Amino acid sequence: MSLSTPAGMSRRHFLSHMATGSAMTLGATQFLSHLQANAAEVKRNQKACILVWLGGGAPTIDMWDLKPGSKNGGEFKPISTAGDLQISEHLPNIAKEMDSLSVVRAMSTREADHNRGSYFMHTAYVPNPTVVHPTFGSVVSYELGAKRKELEIPSFVSIGGGGMSPGFLGMSHAPFVVDARGNIQNANMDSVDPARLGNRLEMLATIENGFIGSNRGDIGQAHKDVYGKAVNLMTSQQMAAFKVDQEDAAVKQSYGGHQFGNMMLMARRLVETGVPFVEVRFPGGWDLHNDVFNTLKNQRLPMLDTGIAGLVRDLKARGMLDDTAIICMGEFGRTPRINANVGRDHWAASWSVMVGGAGLNGGVAVGETNQDGDRIVSESYLPGDLWATVSHALRIPLDTVHTSKRGRPMKLANGGQPIKDLIG
Amino acid sequence: MRRARFGLIAALLTVSVGAFWQSNTVVAQTKFTTGSSDPLIEYVNEQIRLGWEDNEVTPSPTADDAEWIRRLYLDLVGHIPPADKVEEFLSDKDEGKRSKLIDQLIDDPDYVRNFTEIWTNVLIGRNTPDRTSRAGLRKFLRESFARNRPWNEVVYDMVAAEGHFEENGAVNFILGQLQGNINSEEYHVEATARLTRIFLGMQVQCTQCHNHPFNEWKQDQFWGFNSFLRQTRRIDHDKYDPKTGQNEDDYSELAFTDFSGPVYYELRNGLVQVAIPNYLGTEIDPGGETNRRQELARLMCHDDAEHTVGKAYVNRMWGHFMGYGFTRPIDDMGPHNPASHPELLDRLTDEFVKSGYDTKQLARWICNTEAYNLTSQFNRNNEIDAPSAGEVPLFSHMYVKTMQAEQLYDSLLVATAAHRSGAGSFDKAEEQRERWLRDFLRIFGGNEEDEPTLFSGSIPQALLMMNGPLVDKATSAEPGSYLNSVLSDSRLRNDPARVRSLFVSALGRNPTASELTRLKKTMATSPTPLAAYQDLYWALLNSNEFIVNH
Repeated sequence: MSLSTPAGMSRRHFLSHMATGSAMTLGATQFLSHLQANAAEVKRNQKACILVWLGGGAPTIDMWDLKPGSKNGGEFKPISTAGDLQISEHLPNIAKEMDSLSVVRAMSTREADHNRGSYFMHTAYVPNPTVVHPTFGSVVSYELGAKRKELEIPSFVSIGGGGMSPGFLGMSHAPFVVDARGNIQNANMDSVDPARLGNRLEMLATIENGFIGSNRGDIGQAHKDVYGKAVNLMTSQQMAAFKVDQEDAAVKQSYGGHQFGNMMLMARRLVETGVPFVEVRFPGGWDLHNDVFNTLKNQRLPMLDTGIAGLVRDLKARGMLDDTAIICMGEFGRTPRINANVGRDHWAASWSVMVGGAGLNGGVAVGETNQDGDRIVSESYLPGDLWATVSHALRIPLDTVHTSKRGRPMKLANGGQPIKDLIG
Repeated sequence: MRRARFGLIAALLTVSVGAFWQSNTVVAQTKFTTGSSDPLIEYVNEQIRLGWEDNEVTPSPTADDAEWIRRLYLDLVGHIPPADKVEEFLSDKDEGKRSKLIDQLIDDPDYVRNFTEIWTNVLIGRNTPDRTSRAGLRKFLRESFARNRPWNEVVYDMVAAEGHFEENGAVNFILGQLQGNINSEEYHVEATARLTRIFLGMQVQCTQCHNHPFNEWKQDQFWGFNSFLRQTRRIDHDKYDPKTGQNEDDYSELAFTDFSGPVYYELRNGLVQVAIPNYLGTEIDPGGETNRRQELARLMCHDDAEHTVGKAYVNRMWGHFMGYGFTRPIDDMGPHNPASHPELLDRLTDEFVKSGYDTKQLARWICNTEAYNLTSQFNRNNEIDAPSAGEVPLFSHMYVKTMQAEQLYDSLLVATAAHRSGAGSFDKAEEQRERWLRDFLRIFGGNEEDEPTLFSGSIPQALLMMNGPLVDKATSAEPGSYLNSVLSDSRLRNDPARVRSLFVSALGRNPTASELTRLKKTMATSPTPLAAYQDLYWALLNSNEFIVNH
């Protein structure tokens, strides 16, 4: 019988799940217990990465690598942290978790245009007309997601959009975009009559199977497979991972109780369910050509601070921090020089990225800039080194090579090397 | 069993070419014709047949009329045929009806619209680059295709263009590739790569950084082309918006900027080299008086004895209609990548050039060939003709293509008759289409460079089709919709007649007996008769058969 049963799911299961809308409330508690059961397994060895993307390019000189006493220093003071480094006074909650997090202060990434910089930081490759390189979430989806057979939801989720292209790894590794509230476009089952959907899928199978059997190649089957996955997703218990609203108010509050906090909380729920890569696009731009200090102090930093600190605490409490890498960055840093509008402009020559978790060393400042912050005085690092470090932490072999559509071999993380001070 | 099924349909529906499906040996001995008697088409058929004989494959039978008309509509006008056109064509007894329909569709306004969409996507991608006018480029292309301007002149305009991005839409091709800092060595790299790839079918971009690994092209080739573009820059104009108190984007232009002398580039060993403008061996004066882009346009479009621009166009269009070009990829021609049918490609190029780069004539030739008229069903005797498995295409059956986003959208409109409901103005309808396409394309991703035969469907795309507003509207059966017209048509009283109408509308064919039996069983369990038809139509529009062009 080739009815409409989605792969990996019995028809009975499917129907009982869909039987009535009113069963959903009861179902919700089942989802949760199901999730907790999964989480116990996850804790042991499911590696994951959460990328916090600061679109527009954040002024890292005011966040992670302050320059008190320099003309470029700006308004903020550094404070001591739980780690062996100082950070901005406007990140007090993160400061308390800095024993788990580190800062690479010697990023030198040459691309100071938004699009080119985003591409470079996400892929470790500079844009090249011959090929579209996969964003790193797609690489992790390809390497880790494909092996997680129990995962019914996509293995690369982008909360809040962005996340770039899967490039030559193909659309099945594209970022799966949800909005800040976890809404997935066109996957809302509330208005769907399960009996009607069952009929639709049964008729669909009749027509599709006819075409598949008509000797015209693989497209027919490929189409059917994608639909099977989509139905699987619509009806999966793992969809509960997107439902941040199910969390207690107290938990939400521990992440700051704001939009970014909820996005971080969703990221934790997704990782707990087995999603290996989550990208969270910070809600609010960092392209601060004007009025940088007020915007940071009053808007951006308090949100970032509570959201990241909440995540780190929660991961730690759940025993997940040792398996979950966290990176916080944008496409570049911002000019050490403060411009006439009390803003900072694009700057890729010397800037910082925050990174931690998944067994990487915490509490360390890696590399160093000069007194004015406009030059690196230590070894410098490229995005490939960053992603190689993450790959190491996620146990993705560094000698992995992917092949572009034109048959050209592409080294993992553009051949970058793990940053020594962060590993071992 | 499947073959028997389709054979039966062919027997019922095919009139002019009915004799061909019955036996492969008959096919091999009988001259195929769509009704057109152009000697070039004869030549193409012979050349393709030589490939079949050399590789000992027997071609698939001619596609039945239902399969063929759907394909022709999708390829020429960008959407499936409306149900009444299908019925009309199937019942037409004229032996020359295929060639007549080809002529008719080539002169349809949707032909212009279709090729404008296709070329806009090829030239600047589906995600419009910053400060580039998609509307401007479209207008330029629309006028070019509507007047059937010679392709070499269209290319000349785009290569040599200067000016305001809406007043002279031809500038947008190069404009879209110029981003970032004009003083950067990278500034003209993307434009160099795209221009050579799209108009000349040459992938010189690998020689940006090193000599070509598989042919004699040296690194200076890229920089020779690049030199032609060095007098080019974009100028972005802003205007002050009193409402926001900020400067906003106004317009952009493609402008001439002084540049003379050689360009410098680095070899892998660090040695610095120089290059001057060089078009496939023809150098031009690198002095300041030379307008380099005009020179390049002249060399490409008028003085190239090899007609590289024409050849690249022929190869791309053959790929458009057949699913695969004579080379793979279609835009990577050169000594390292020989064509599957080199003599045929050369001859088609010659004839295309002789015709005055007549793009309509080329489309007419290809659609009238035997290969274009074969079914996409393969069989034991030609299953080795499988380019998707890496084989050289022999064109012994049609290759199945995936509908492009625009084709899918416009086909959904046709199948639901939304385009005839008369709701709203043309502009409003276009606006709606743009909005939906944006949504759709965001979900699809920018895959305009994928081969048309590749299915790159994703879960969000399936969700959009299953649960999105367009299919929802299509199956709502509101007055004016196709579903409504079927259900309220007094001539279609019984179930099979209505099911048949829905099949013809969505898939352009009749249901098989076994499909009817199965579907009837499911439909019987529906809460209401209306729900049964709605759900059937949903299934038809969501099916693999709907979304592919076969």
